[in-house]
Amino acid sequence: MRKVAIIGVGAIPVGEHWGTSLRDMAVEALLNAMDDAGVDKVDSLYVGNMASGSFVEQENLGTLIADFAGLGHIPAVKIEAACASGGAAVQEGFKAVASGLDDIVAVVGVEKMTDAWPTDATRYLAYASDAEYELFNGASFVALNALVMRLYMKEFGATEEDFAHFAVNAHKNGANNPYAMFKKVIKVETALRSPYIADPLKLFDASSVCDGAAAVILAPLDKAKEFTDTPIEIAGIGRAVDTINLANRRELLRLRATIEASRRAYKMAGVEPKDIDVIEVHDAFTIMAAMALEDLGFVPKGQGAKVASEGQIAVDGDYPIQTMGGLKARGHPVGATGVYQTVEAVWQLRIDAGKNQVPDPEIALTQNIGGTGSNITVNILRRV
Amino acid sequence: MPAMQVSRYWRHFKEKYRLAGTKCKKCGKIHFPPRQVCNECGSREMEEIQLSGKGKVVSWTIVRNPPSGFEYYKPYPLALVELEEGPIVLAQLTDVSEDEIDFGMEVEMVTRRIREFSEDGIILYGYKFRPVLKTSKD
Ligand SMILES: [Zn+2]
Repeated sequence: MRKVAIIGVGAIPVGEHWGTSLRDMAVEALLNAMDDAGVDKVDSLYVGNMASGSFVEQENLGTLIADFAGLGHIPAVKIEAACASGGAAVQEGFKAVASGLDDIVAVVGVEKMTDAWPTDATRYLAYASDAEYELFNGASFVALNALVMRLYMKEFGATEEDFAHFAVNAHKNGANNPYAMFKKVIKVETALRSPYIADPLKLFDASSVCDGAAAVILAPLDKAKEFTDTPIEIAGIGRAVDTINLANRRELLRLRATIEASRRAYKMAGVEPKDIDVIEVHDAFTIMAAMALEDLGFVPKGQGAKVASEGQIAVDGDYPIQTMGGLKARGHPVGATGVYQTVEAVWQLRIDAGKNQVPDPEIALTQNIGGTGSNITVNILRRV
Repeated sequence: MPAMQVSRYWRHFKEKYRLAGTKCKKCGKIHFPPRQVCNECGSREMEEIQLSGKGKVVSWTIVRNPPSGFEYYKPYPLALVELEEGPIVLAQLTDVSEDEIDFGMEVEMVTRRIREFSEDGIILYGYKFRPVLKTSKD
């Protein structure tokens, strides 16, 4: 297996892009990444997208985006793993290069959510639950995460205020990210005063509906220096599933798919949690950030929310998470999120993260969750 | 939100009207919803089992921003209920006020309307759980 590097990254700001279509967002991000890498053609394209058929009545995104990006008759497919589609697409691109099949591979993550009515968006996202038994009974992903959050608070004595610190940290970092949807610093009280959307989960515990596209260009590591002075190696990848139905989990407060996916990624990269300098977790809900810190092996079970309230998750803390705003503030255009995480990890490792630069990082980890933790990718990136 | 072919709904009547699950003949694990392969031991030897519909609340929430199709019913309580036989089931709670709900609350399954599509459309029924009715004997 060949070693694989990221030689170019690109994105568009996350937001409500009323004037821009899915194809134009994806093509813009992709061209930005190709320009960054200095390439004008690629061998294949992987598109991370969760639900374009529901949101904008368009499938076959591999074709659409390759066509409008002028990439010719290349192989191009869409990769879907719910909200982990972006992270999964990066992994499929990795495999294409690592296998020797392709040299230059493009990965673009895109989601156009704001064309749908808000309640329909909630419904389309819930298609990634066990729809016949969860959505059928009126569940949304907000509600499913609220069930976990309430149980977590009971089991570990965590408070709503503990969770609010995840939102405060994300917004603080998002304020310095030109690509973030929300660039406003908030206080703990702001988060605590926000209304319940599924008790005990409040508006500021959740990410918003939005649009976005991000892209990376991959190449064999031994050729990467031909394109860039700062190649970033994809040192390890891992992916795992769990029961699609939250109620069927062996343990409700442990994301087995995170544990399995990270075990594989750590092993491939030859690193341990203590070696990770930058952590991008899937904070679609603050409870997921707390559980990610635990199940990725950074803190013991039950301590995830506590380290947030103790300030250890800041850019200069022991566990710097959501360094460019995370899903909460940068935004969560679902199928694009895993690619945004990858782009941001590359910025950090290139020492190109501006005011949010983690001091001299060498290794970054991204965790991308699909469903209620039912399909999870973990990628480990390394400066070379 | 248009209804689909009615077959999509009636094929699940056994599970949704009377809470039928599966029991693994090899290791005894009970599943809901029913499975063809045991997620404990991998066996394909399954038998249908009628669940009692009695259980306890493990966690709950109040759905205030529901998915489309459920707008008219909001807010409604949604819970994880651990059945006597072991499996946990996600379902709405009914006949209960928000402040009565608590961890460990004893509940029982009832068949209720889940939602309807339009005036002349189909009505979906399924299971919900209500607090166990206390009689003077209890
Ligand atoms: Zn079994």
